[in-house]
Amino acid sequence: MSMIQGATGAWEMVIGLEVHAQITSVSKLFSGASTEFGAEPNSQVSLVDAAMPGMLPVINEVCVYQAVRTGLGIKAEINLVSVFDRKNYFYPDLPAGYQISQFTRPIVGKGELEIDLADGSSRMIGITRLHLEQDAGKSLHDQDPKRSFIDLNRSGVALMEIVSEPDMRTSEEAAAYMRKLRAILRYLGTCDGNMDEGSMRCDANVSMRKPGEPMGTRCEIKNLNSLRFLQQAIEYEARRQVAILEDGGTIDQETRLFDSRKGETRTMRSKEEAHDYRYFPDPDLLPLELDPDWVAALKADLPELPDEKKARFVSEFGITVYDAGILVAEQDRADYFEAVAAGRDAKLAANWVISELFGRLNKAGLDIGDSPVSASALGELVDLIADNTISGRIAKEVFDEMVETGKGAAAIVEAKGLTQITDTGALEAVVDEIIAANPEQAEQFREGKQTVVGWFVGQAMKATQGKANPKAVNEILRKKLG
Amino acid sequence: MSQLTDLTIAAARDGLAQGEFSARDLTESHLAAMEAARSLNAFVTETPERALEMAQASDARRTKGEARPLDGIPLAIKDLYCTEGVLTTAGSHILEGFRPPYESTVTSQLWRDGAVMLGKTNMDEFAMGSANVTSHFGPVESPWRRKGDNRTLVPGGSSGGSAAAVAARIALGATGTDTGGSIRQPASFTGIVGLKPTYGRCSRWGIVAFASSLDQAGPMTRTVRDSALMLCSMAGHDPKDSTSVDRPVPDYEAALTGDIRGLRIGIPAEYRMDGMPEEIEALWRQGEEWLTAAGAECVPISLAHTKYALAAYYIVAPAEASSNLARYDGVRYGLRLPGDSIDAMYEATRGEGFGAEVRRRVMIGTYVLSAGYYDAYYLKAQKVRSLILRDFTDAFEDVDVILAPTAPSAAFAIGEKEDDPIAMYLNDVFTVPASMAGLPGISVPAGLSGEGLPLGLQLVGRPFDEETVLRAAGVLEEAAGFDARPPALPGA
Repeated sequence: MSMIQGATGAWEMVIGLEVHAQITSVSKLFSGASTEFGAEPNSQVSLVDAAMPGMLPVINEVCVYQAVRTGLGIKAEINLVSVFDRKNYFYPDLPAGYQISQFTRPIVGKGELEIDLADGSSRMIGITRLHLEQDAGKSLHDQDPKRSFIDLNRSGVALMEIVSEPDMRTSEEAAAYMRKLRAILRYLGTCDGNMDEGSMRCDANVSMRKPGEPMGTRCEIKNLNSLRFLQQAIEYEARRQVAILEDGGTIDQETRLFDSRKGETRTMRSKEEAHDYRYFPDPDLLPLELDPDWVAALKADLPELPDEKKARFVSEFGITVYDAGILVAEQDRADYFEAVAAGRDAKLAANWVISELFGRLNKAGLDIGDSPVSASALGELVDLIADNTISGRIAKEVFDEMVETGKGAAAIVEAKGLTQITDTGALEAVVDEIIAANPEQAEQFREGKQTVVGWFVGQAMKATQGKANPKAVNEILRKKLG
Repeated sequence: MSQLTDLTIAAARDGLAQGEFSARDLTESHLAAMEAARSLNAFVTETPERALEMAQASDARRTKGEARPLDGIPLAIKDLYCTEGVLTTAGSHILEGFRPPYESTVTSQLWRDGAVMLGKTNMDEFAMGSANVTSHFGPVESPWRRKGDNRTLVPGGSSGGSAAAVAARIALGATGTDTGGSIRQPASFTGIVGLKPTYGRCSRWGIVAFASSLDQAGPMTRTVRDSALMLCSMAGHDPKDSTSVDRPVPDYEAALTGDIRGLRIGIPAEYRMDGMPEEIEALWRQGEEWLTAAGAECVPISLAHTKYALAAYYIVAPAEASSNLARYDGVRYGLRLPGDSIDAMYEATRGEGFGAEVRRRVMIGTYVLSAGYYDAYYLKAQKVRSLILRDFTDAFEDVDVILAPTAPSAAFAIGEKEDDPIAMYLNDVFTVPASMAGLPGISVPAGLSGEGLPLGLQLVGRPFDEETVLRAAGVLEEAAGFDARPPALPGA
């Protein structure tokens, strides 16, 4: 459902996202301090991060490299000259009293991102810009009844702020955008995309309008750190705005917070309370100039990204777009699939990877890296199916045991005597017995009732503990009863 | 041992090298002078123990034949330079008790080259001022007096403590910093040499920031040669300061050839301002004659946007300062006054911690960067700044060095001009343009006013051409033969 039905008709959501992605780098944007997550408070703070008097920022080239690669990954313009600005405001976890960011001249300009929706369709979402900025520290208000504590470990950590155009129309699209962006960042290795640890979070700008009308006043919902919260917050906010608009009210442009426990958004600060950030170019830093040859080299060196990989999987392996989409969502999953599919029936491989392996991993809450079955082990199982050693049904049994014990497929089949019965003589005897015992069904078959074929096959499988080759049983039946 | 404090750095270097006296002798006589001259209030912090340790280490090096370029030379350090473990205040209450766990790049290079630290000199709060009257630690007194008038005079500012210390023979040299004239103007007021190098020549790392795009470290000495010597140690690329420039440091002393034949000297028409005292103008003409007599050619030039420089400076510098000083919030170091909320704590701390002039400039800076005013003030000031730079660039197509007065007047008495910030700001009218253009400038003592006070002449050069500036300054110094001594020299 893409519209919200109100008393006065359908309303359309207009959604834009500002994503903050922590750059994967050993040290911070302007200092040598470590960026590792989970360290003791204030143990990863350089003199620069603490804004000691006389300290100066020096750009970390790794962060520039990562931002440019990200820009290239979202097919964006790379600005060969960009400028760092100071965004001034007072807060205890902002030691310098300003955040170094990029305001008028970001490092990356317009780009785009294709999102994949559940119905198999896809849409292009515009990206306005990507800029580099510092993260702030963290205020801890729950350590003491009267005082707040400050942890500056995050202070100065490099972020990419990636701003979309207001191109999304449903909360599902917003989530799909985040998923795709996350996939690209992870493929590039420019951000680990870990929303739990705060290395990827977003602000959602939401407004409502009647279809075809100009955009309405927006509200910005800050700091959404999971896809579920993002969707919940957008849905709540859209309904809140519709209720106001249908009552004849107007939307106040404001910044809102999402309360994940109550599932609602509430005012953080109004437009009147908005900060005047007094942006101006940081005089401690020269404009950032990039060498076009360097940018070209980075472009040539980009890895295959999800969309290209998906297209290749469809054309190279003949699998469906939908399956390809699932397989490429994570690079290690795609790699796993490619290893299983190599030299084998790719459709069969895709089916086993997606339905059987992913299903079990999801249930167990495991990543592909923790899979108890390696790609080559799964490949061995697929081989046994392909050469008719075992049936698909038996294969599931074998796979369960592989997951449980870590043993190889062939070994399990061998040990349990699960090899498929393809010997015609043996199967004919079984089929003869079943026909003799069930004259009524045999008669129905002869009268042309095709559905009893399945019943006969089932009986044959039962009689052989699943080891009969269903295809061979079928053929014998038709010969005997046809 | 009063004669040891009268030496130049170059002479002291030679005396040490020849074993005429030890670094310890030299340091002890300066420590004695420092103690005798406490009434000047030139120092916020004296570091006699450290000075003696450093002097002893220096003597030990010399014994081993490992003497360095400035070995054993006692220097005073402006309290804007962070010095490891030594109180660093920037002349402000808000940095109360602040002992940096790090050493500024420039001072660490001076210590690397063997210099001895006598102490930290008083200054205008956060280098904002032209009379050294805005310091939280009280005004600095100049060792000079007008003829027949015993009123206490200002040493100029903001590097007033450094200027007074060098003029009063407490230190052989001192570090200053110059944002709009804070080295050159006090040098002019106290009859010493003050050199502001090209922006980017010396690292700003570890120097408390006032206006980042203008701040530059430089030496204050009694001779041009001594400034050249100090600059050799102070200059150089620092990877920790992105605005410092990676180019070799020349031997500045070797640049002092005394030969300026054929040098073209620009005389900017726009510096001839209404109401400028006749004696300043006369000195300027005298400077022209000296340089001409030495074989240089003086030619009139135009720096058309000069009259906008001061106004633009008082937008750019406070804008940067308002942001640079935001870190003094009571959260991590320095002064903190309690408050019921974080905003109340900020207000109490910053209201109490900053003096009136700093508060004024923070407010000006905040205003000019505000939404709706940015284009009219900050952006326009930056455009003016580009035009000022272009004026200089064009002028340097034709001339090698520019000659002008350093300040529009001689030193004034403490209390004068204090109720009129604009009159105070006008002190910088001749120094600010070179600051806005990032150019090297030097003030050389060239004569005395009718009241018997020192007057300086300023030379401004091309970017990173400190060598030509020093060469011309050396000739000017030689010709002027300034040998007047401050009459109120303590212990003299």
